[in-house]
Amino acid sequence: MTTVPVAEPRGSATLTPDEPPPAPRRRLATLLGRQPLGLAFAAPYAAFLAVVFAYPLGLAVWISFHDYFFAAPGAEVERPFVGLDNYKTVLGDPDVQQAFGNVVEFLLINVPLTVVLALVLASALNAAVRGRSFLRVAYYVPYVTASVALVAVWLFLFSQGGFVNQLLGGLAPDPSWLVNKGLAMPLIAVFVTWKQLGFSVLLYLAALQNVPRELYESASSDGASRIRQFWHVTVPGVRPATTLVVILATITGANLFTEPYLLTNGGGPNGASASPVLVMYQKGIEQGSPDLAAAIGVVLVIGVLMISLVNKKILERD
Amino acid sequence: MTRSWPRTVLLYAGALLFVFPFYYMLRGSLQPEPDTSLKGVLPTGGYTLDNYAAINDRVHLLQSLANSGIFTTGVLLFTLVFGLLAGYALARLHFRGQGMLFAVMLLVQIIPFQLLVIPLYVMVVRGYGLADSYLGMILPFAINSTAVFMFRQFFLQLPEDLFAAARLDGASELRILWSVALPLVRPAVLTAALITFIGPWNEFLWPFLVTKEADMQPLAVSLANYISNIAGRADNPYGAILAGAVVLAAPAVVLFVAFQRHFTSSDLGSGVKG
Repeated sequence: MTTVPVAEPRGSATLTPDEPPPAPRRRLATLLGRQPLGLAFAAPYAAFLAVVFAYPLGLAVWISFHDYFFAAPGAEVERPFVGLDNYKTVLGDPDVQQAFGNVVEFLLINVPLTVVLALVLASALNAAVRGRSFLRVAYYVPYVTASVALVAVWLFLFSQGGFVNQLLGGLAPDPSWLVNKGLAMPLIAVFVTWKQLGFSVLLYLAALQNVPRELYESASSDGASRIRQFWHVTVPGVRPATTLVVILATITGANLFTEPYLLTNGGGPNGASASPVLVMYQKGIEQGSPDLAAAIGVVLVIGVLMISLVNKKILERD
Repeated sequence: MTRSWPRTVLLYAGALLFVFPFYYMLRGSLQPEPDTSLKGVLPTGGYTLDNYAAINDRVHLLQSLANSGIFTTGVLLFTLVFGLLAGYALARLHFRGQGMLFAVMLLVQIIPFQLLVIPLYVMVVRGYGLADSYLGMILPFAINSTAVFMFRQFFLQLPEDLFAAARLDGASELRILWSVALPLVRPAVLTAALITFIGPWNEFLWPFLVTKEADMQPLAVSLANYISNIAGRADNPYGAILAGAVVLAAPAVVLFVAFQRHFTSSDLGSGVKG
């Protein structure tokens, strides 16, 4: 074993064949692996995943199929199985339908905007440009900053008499941004694009390093313009990063909570910017129906997984 | 490639748009009266720290900052101890269940955390009675899976000869991890620590659900509560809100700017390329 495993196929740990261990140890080795100490090293993390990830995942599904409510600690209560009732209630609820519709609207704005801006910025940053470290900091800094702090400034900037409306003068929307039915959700989508863009730029920058330089050279000697090179070499070259960016944007959309809760004052106006997680919080915690909230969560995850799979299929065909 | 003006102009114009809200946050937090006019953008016309005093009166800045600090430190500690051990085991040791653990670790990253919020709330707050406690806050974030993944990638990139030699010398695995492997990946560990830091420091939903007592709330939660409940009744709500926002944003921004060399695509690249 002399080579260093640098890139390995995803999802499989590299188990390299070695000389067999001496006979008495062999039985133990087949039971626990060649280095059982690894089990001890990994045990706390595995226990963590079981307690904080696997068990709650199962519990979410279980709750969603039962009539579940909060009871005093230690109280014995009956929580009958109700089949798909919670799902029927939730899917027939206009508030929930509106929230899911809002996420679709969010994704339709956020995903194309993120992909296009991040790829253009990454390509520009990849070339020699003065002050790269300043630019890098500028583009990543919203990503590392708390949403709550950034929402505070946007509230100020986009308020009725705020800076943006002052700048727009007569062009300012009426009603103003955050209380406008048609603009509240798009504004949240733009906010999230702005906040997360730095990370997508980073992913594209990493992907650009893997596009062979010769491809640009041969395209250039064939007389292809800069724009044609970008379209025919860069875009296909960074396709795996695009898949990842789209999946991450979908997950961000599914997780949306802080922005509708704070920026548009609880998904206003009239639920026009409510997100599924906001509705989950309202139903599950505020109104005490965790069963309905769990059903929303399960539907949400199925949606995310479906979008991720479809996106992988579309972007990775050929 | 040659330098081109349009590209430079585009990059700097975009950067201005990204940085402007931060400048406006700071500017607004120091203004005696909120001035939203175009002229108000300029750094002229009076400075005051009244807004910081005002937000300190309402949300107990120091206590909130301490809570954020304890929450974040707890997560960092668990991630650096147990995450490094797990990353090392996944990269360098062969044991039963290794492949499955790796697969689950990848899966964790695509399941939206928010789905788990309701069952976690049921477990942690109702079941374990950990409402208004640091442990309850830390538990779901204790070991950052992205960091574990990055640790594994870093350890994988080290040459196997190094480990074989240390083992021949009779060094224990713990000793190899501590004295051989860790010093070689130290810059990368810093990157992973930075990524881990911004998670709990910036997190809102989970600590918001777990803490009802004002004395236990991290700054993100107490500031958000101030924005949504009390701000309407204050004289200069925006001044105080923006002062709070500056205090919340500053530690992450300062750390990031100080260590931005480590936050590059090559360091992270190894972490994100599955």
